[in-house]
Amino acid sequence: MNSEGITFEQAMAELEGIVKRLEKGELTLDESIGFFKRGVELTKYCNKKLDEAERSITMLIEGENGITEKELSV
Amino acid sequence: MPKMSALTVSELNRYIKELVAKDVILSGLWVKGEISNFKNHYSGHFYFTLKDEKSLLRCVMFRSNASSVAFMPEDGMKVIIRGYISVFERDGQYQLYAEEMQPDGIGALYIAYEKLKNKLAAEGLFDAEKKKKLPYIPRSIGVVTSSTGAVIRDIINVLSRRFYNVNIKLYPVQVQGEQAAGQIAAAIGRFNELDNVDVIIVGRGGGSLEDLWPFNEEIVARSIYGSHIPVISAVGHETDYTICDFVADVRAPTPSAAAEIAMPERAVMENRLDGLKMRLRNAINKKTSMERLSLKRLEGSTAFKQPYNRIYQSRMLLDVQKRYMEKALEALKIDQRNKLSLLAAQLDSLSPLSSLARGYCIIRSEKDDTLIKSVHSVSLGQRLEISLTDGKLDCTVDGIKGDENEQ
Repeated sequence: MNSEGITFEQAMAELEGIVKRLEKGELTLDESIGFFKRGVELTKYCNKKLDEAERSITMLIEGENGITEKELSV
Repeated sequence: MPKMSALTVSELNRYIKELVAKDVILSGLWVKGEISNFKNHYSGHFYFTLKDEKSLLRCVMFRSNASSVAFMPEDGMKVIIRGYISVFERDGQYQLYAEEMQPDGIGALYIAYEKLKNKLAAEGLFDAEKKKKLPYIPRSIGVVTSSTGAVIRDIINVLSRRFYNVNIKLYPVQVQGEQAAGQIAAAIGRFNELDNVDVIIVGRGGGSLEDLWPFNEEIVARSIYGSHIPVISAVGHETDYTICDFVADVRAPTPSAAAEIAMPERAVMENRLDGLKMRLRNAINKKTSMERLSLKRLEGSTAFKQPYNRIYQSRMLLDVQKRYMEKALEALKIDQRNKLSLLAAQLDSLSPLSSLARGYCIIRSEKDDTLIKSVHSVSLGQRLEISLTDGKLDCTVDGIKGDENEQ
């Protein structure tokens, strides 16, 4: 089970699904533990994603060599 | 001047009113002018004055008509009004009773707007099910607006306040004038090509319908509809509706609101995540404690407590059977013993010894020990042995007498 490559939304949605299934309590213990592990992985992943983005403000400028980004002073 | 011809004020006013009502022009006309002194009465009626450089005209628009005006009139707005002139007898004032109101000067634009809106609606460009969901936490936000306008500043302010880590990419465009629509559409298309943002905000500040016009153009509507990146529209003020607003996945009333919509507060997301984490733990704890409980119940069951129970039981059964068998054997023995003694008694009664006891004797030849049963089997002088109950006699045959009836 790999979390890389999925978006924050996908991770949140999957996590929500897992929590709901676990709360229903209809899974076997093995399944529950499997889902729980995945859930923990997803929460870590979501936290990571929350901290990941960098603050920057840029302006896109179309030039002859395609597009460039210029820092925008605010 | 004869007093007889004097009219009352009411009579005069009524006369004028009737006169006006008969007039073909005044009973149905278009008037254009600028709104001033506009009052939106709580009853739903509009009261205002229409003016030009030289004159004023009092106007009223009753709720039944006012409610179908597509925009909110305000002072300074140039409008064209269809209605009729009538006299308000009490005040001796004539006024325009407005039935229909359109912004002036842009009447053509207005019609074009309505036409395009209906066309695109029919094509399904505004359908709710076509709306894309906004990402929870966009890593980067594309903004299509003027680099000098207030929109980008508002967005940067809100986003900086809400989220520490956000990447804003501004694609500068003209937001009014002939170039604007093409540039806006191209910018949206460019973001989609580059695929470097998670959500796009398209916007500009408030302005007249003409100012906002680029956002009512089909090319912009189609580029928004074709965008695979969700688009938030933030055009003009809260009361301004553009085609862009209808096609966009979300309409924000203001640029600041667009930023707020694009980026939910970090704290909100963190709370949500924490909530999920807690529920996850609770759920697994509940599951394991439930399983533990059923395990305890199983451990407590008799099968686990006395694993040899069955063996004991079988052994007990075996013992019982064994006892039965022994008993049966014993009974058989007793039975046989009884039979034996019965036989012995019978045997006893048949024994010659008992006959001896009753006085009979057994005679054997001494020579060859043969039993003598007849007088004919002995000869005179033969030695015989006679057994009695308590001993034996040795005898010699002195005479032989056969029975008479035997001859």
